[in-house]
Amino acid sequence: MSIIEVTNLTKYYGKARGIVDVSFSEEEGEIFGFIGPNGAGKSTTIRLLLSLIHPTSGSAKVFGQDVVTHGPEIRRDIGYLPSEVYYYEGMKVIDLLKYSASFYDHDCTQRLHELAELMELEMNRRISDLSYGNKKKVGIVQGLLHSPKLLFLDEPTAGLDPLMQRKFFNLIREENARGVTVFFSSHILGEVQRLCNRVGIIREGRIVEISDIRTLQQNNYKKVRVTAEGLTAASFALPGVTNVQADNGTVHFFFKGDINAVLQKIRGIQVTDVTIEEPTLEEIFMHYYE
Amino acid sequence: MNANIFRHEFRTRLKSVVIWSLALTFLIVFFFSFFSAFADQAALMNAFLARYPQQLRAALGMDRMDLATVLGYYSFIFLFVQLCLAIQASNYGFGLVSIEESELTADFLLSKPVSRTQVLTSKLLAALSSLTITNLVVWVSSFAAISLFRGQRAYEPRTLLLLLLSIVIFQLFFLSVGLVISLLVKRVRSVTPYALGLGFGSYVLSAFSGVFGDVKLEYITPFKHIDPAYIVQHGAYNTPLVLLNVAVTLVALVVSYWLYIRRDIPSVS
Repeated sequence: MSIIEVTNLTKYYGKARGIVDVSFSEEEGEIFGFIGPNGAGKSTTIRLLLSLIHPTSGSAKVFGQDVVTHGPEIRRDIGYLPSEVYYYEGMKVIDLLKYSASFYDHDCTQRLHELAELMELEMNRRISDLSYGNKKKVGIVQGLLHSPKLLFLDEPTAGLDPLMQRKFFNLIREENARGVTVFFSSHILGEVQRLCNRVGIIREGRIVEISDIRTLQQNNYKKVRVTAEGLTAASFALPGVTNVQADNGTVHFFFKGDINAVLQKIRGIQVTDVTIEEPTLEEIFMHYYE
Repeated sequence: MNANIFRHEFRTRLKSVVIWSLALTFLIVFFFSFFSAFADQAALMNAFLARYPQQLRAALGMDRMDLATVLGYYSFIFLFVQLCLAIQASNYGFGLVSIEESELTADFLLSKPVSRTQVLTSKLLAALSSLTITNLVVWVSSFAAISLFRGQRAYEPRTLLLLLLSIVIFQLFFLSVGLVISLLVKRVRSVTPYALGLGFGSYVLSAFSGVFGDVKLEYITPFKHIDPAYIVQHGAYNTPLVLLNVAVTLVALVVSYWLYIRRDIPSVS
């Protein structure tokens, strides 16, 4: 069953573009990476799914129910960690977490304390006295304490130190192993690569690619580097070759298509060095954005 | 209605309620303590006031008040009580959802399993409860001040009740009009200027309407809808105007719900 099902979702803020014609779906138990630069529409998509904002056109379903008409029911099983965390400044951490827990039908006390211990939260401090990273930790506990079935993480690692980031990722993996579906938005590709099964790439409000992370790396592009005397960018003028860079006898390029075409070409050259490898997600990503 | 939101909202406003209530108690008791001095010198006082320009007396509503009587004097103070109540209620109205949005905690609240209707209803009831505490404090201090300082002078308790009963209508007007304005403007960055604007603005309009006797400003300002001088003079409300006031409140509430349910919650950008 699809946990998230988005169909031609469009959001304009007056005349300003939010997202345009976005469609995708996420299956139960998946970790879906949603990547794109700032302002591409990642947060807009998440906020639409939480019905914090309303779509201009198109529709979205979570747990099979429409987000506009069934918001409260859907949100019972959703955990949300926003990219910027803001809480009631005058409250103590423990009071905020209890307030958060009070919205759910079941008793969350035990999980609340487990998570707080794991995240090393100081429960009696005021929110206003916390550093950004500590507020983020409050956000993590707040988003997970009711054992949600679906997690929205909007650039969750910003402000966390590397040690905490690792703890956080382990936590997400554990949740996922228990069957929790995760929607993970980020512009840091390394973390998406580490965690996600599938990715959607969004650019200027439109989805440009949705694929399995492995397929994206393996079947799509090869990163080729050839070193030989007298090579120029023009030496590899083949269909499917992109991002050609040549310097001092070394040519780098991306290739999509039948790799034999490139090998054929290389066979005719006296090379000193050849590497053909899978590009990092970062490189694929840059490719989409150029 | 969600009890958790109600409790949270009520608590955040508690300090403000205490301060407003103390200030109003002080205002009522302090000013009313001069009553016997005023009443004793009533003839002198009225002669003295008669020398002020007619417009100024009209602006303060003093042309129709007899400061020598208990309720005449009380209605003069009540005008300032109304002004304070107006500012307090508009403050809560403007801040009801906008504070949450400007401090960006709305994301937290609205990502919980509650509907917008529940959120707004809980918030409104919490604000109304806060205002009711202030309201009750005004009742108590009014009765206390009058029985302490009226001396041997009699007054009509029914008229006093009419004055005090009007408070809740008055508060609801400013609460709901403040709320609807805060939802109509794109973003309220700071609540206080708006609240002072609405509260003082309506008062000044009412004062002007006294100055230019024939201008029909009484239709738009609640200080005219519920005019203490009128109530004391007639021993009754100006029913059409009170009904108009209630109608505006109801419209503002309905529009507020309509807008809030459809509202896009602003985020940092």
